[in-house]
Amino acid sequence: MAIATVPRIVTSRIGSYDDSHTIDRFLATGGYDGLRKALTMTPEQVQGEVLKSNLLGRGGAGFEAGKKWSMMRKAPTRYLVINGDESEPATFKDHMLVEGDPNQLVEGTIISAYAVQACQAFIYLRGEFALGLERVQQAVNDAYRNSALGEDIFGSGFSLDIVVQPGAGAYICGEETALLESLEGRRGMPRIKPPYFPAAMGLYGEPTIVNNVETMANMPWIVSNGSAAFAALGAGRSTGTRIFALSGHVNRPANYEVEMVKTTFRDLIYNEALGGGVRGGKELKCFVPGGASAPWFGPQHLDLPLGQDEVGHSNGVLPGGGGSMLGSGSIVVMDENTDVVRAAWRLARFFARESCGKCTPCREGTSWLDKVMKRIVDGHGSPGDLDLLRDVCDNIAPGLAFPYAMTTICFLGPSAAMPIMSALTMFPEEFERRVGAAPLRAPVGAGRMAP
Amino acid sequence: MSRLAPEFEKRATDLMALYPQRRSALLPLLHVLQEQDGHLSNDGMEHVAELVGLMPAEVLSVASFYDMFHTEPVGRYLIGICTNIACMLEGAEELLHHAEQRLAVKHGATTPDGLFTLEEVECVAHCDKAPCAQVNYRYFGPLAEESFDALVDDLSAGRLKDEVPPHGTLIRVRREGGLRVHPQRIIEERAIVAGQIADRAAGEAAAKKALEEADAKRKSDEEAAKAEALGRADEGQDAESGAKAATPAGSADVEEKAGQKEKGS
Repeated sequence: MAIATVPRIVTSRIGSYDDSHTIDRFLATGGYDGLRKALTMTPEQVQGEVLKSNLLGRGGAGFEAGKKWSMMRKAPTRYLVINGDESEPATFKDHMLVEGDPNQLVEGTIISAYAVQACQAFIYLRGEFALGLERVQQAVNDAYRNSALGEDIFGSGFSLDIVVQPGAGAYICGEETALLESLEGRRGMPRIKPPYFPAAMGLYGEPTIVNNVETMANMPWIVSNGSAAFAALGAGRSTGTRIFALSGHVNRPANYEVEMVKTTFRDLIYNEALGGGVRGGKELKCFVPGGASAPWFGPQHLDLPLGQDEVGHSNGVLPGGGGSMLGSGSIVVMDENTDVVRAAWRLARFFARESCGKCTPCREGTSWLDKVMKRIVDGHGSPGDLDLLRDVCDNIAPGLAFPYAMTTICFLGPSAAMPIMSALTMFPEEFERRVGAAPLRAPVGAGRMAP
Repeated sequence: MSRLAPEFEKRATDLMALYPQRRSALLPLLHVLQEQDGHLSNDGMEHVAELVGLMPAEVLSVASFYDMFHTEPVGRYLIGICTNIACMLEGAEELLHHAEQRLAVKHGATTPDGLFTLEEVECVAHCDKAPCAQVNYRYFGPLAEESFDALVDDLSAGRLKDEVPPHGTLIRVRREGGLRVHPQRIIEERAIVAGQIADRAAGEAAAKKALEEADAKRKSDEEAAKAEALGRADEGQDAESGAKAATPAGSADVEEKAGQKEKGS
């Protein structure tokens, strides 16, 4: 099966050069061209271009970037914050972008700051990205040196400062209001909504736009090539290309930038130029379509196109219908030998560890799920544990359907229920076997899944 | 342990100047403190609290929230092995077990020589190189048992000291200078841009209004001409409709019938 050849929008340098992170390579390959063009336009024209391109935010929620900008409250002080706190399990696209092409990120940030007339921009990067932090700081220094930052950028009269902010290891800071709390020097706990959008009230109570790293990386190309060229790629609401992070039991785990909607999960996992198939020629058991928070898919979903609505409106596995989500664009492939109960427990423990503790259903529920799952995995579970799991999940995410009803301020709590409910719905016999059998202690290494 | 040395305090002061509110510099400041001592000491956190204008307990409350801040001493090399789903599928739990045996400590503990602390960490976004590990947040992977042993040997022998600085040193590239744009200048610029936008909007509104007025005038002229033409032709019909309006009972009857029809449908 051939994949249509489309321009690489955000990985053009990363895919072609070993020194893609240097300012020399950046300037030699059209660096700052998009910014120069943007500065000849009015801020509203830049906003209009992004709105027409229908670029969906690449962070996970898939909200139209241009629409988010247009919701900005018109106040004299406005901020732009770039969310680079990539911590969703099995997501590693932003890690690649900040290490591989930091100058592109900085250029996109300046363009966006111009479009929303921000007075200062912050690039909040995950603290663990030591090399990424160094490279983005270098890119910011280089931008000042090339007068792409600071006063009177390229003689346009527009001025901007960018500050690179390191996080310190907290998954919850990827939630935009928690990120703002963290940026204000507080514990990273999500803020109570409403106001729903920081565009109305964000950093220091001022209107703030929070955009993802990959969203920013798209900006230079959109401005240089025009919104029509971008909107011509993909279909429906999902335009352009997107990076999908493929990991797990595939022959070629990596980040792949492919055209949205025109590519399917099957292409991504099995195409020779992409995933190259399930490792060892084994059968596919199931896969996570969009980060740990997304309900899982089975082989019957392989031909779904990689589009926001296509995945969202598909018929998923959870009771009550509803599909899954493209989320952060990370796909984890599990082969036929995978112990799905153990995999679901590992994700449950992740959410239990990362719950910030603000809302009771999440704080108590996630650790409860972790403990019950752990005893099932270890062979100490009882048949009643399965109903207990459903009950606890139902208390965090009422209805157990997707998209979920909320009992918590942010999506972390209900997300924790999704992997467990998916595994329990798709493979009930594996759970039943675990809880029905005589207790047996699993020795270390018994859960071995590596080929 | 100690407060920030003058050199580190200078860096802290420079960092605070980057933010509209100095509390925003708290996380970067704690990283600076951790760079000095390898962990966060009580004296150090008190010093940071003085700098940003908080109570020491507030600084501790923030520091204790984040996994990367250590309030107890850790080894020179903090080895974090990811066991989240992508790495787990590739055998990360076995790798962690092996690492515990190789270093002769459980995860969460430090070797007696103070060289290594072993941690089990959540996804560190290096999943295409699974199973992976980070040493002081520098990435290594994919790792097998042999390559992990080789990594530990290299670290012990100091062969990786350029790639992997001691624990606490996070960002070795320094920002060059403080903010370049004076806040006053930003406010002035925004005022100019807002003025331009308002001017443009006013211009557009005026143009639109003129267009609408012209349109309305043309329409009313046309209608007047039409009415004049019709007025002459329909004088007889006008008289007839006037007669209908004079019999309200009839029209009420029609309305009632229409109401029944609606109910029926």
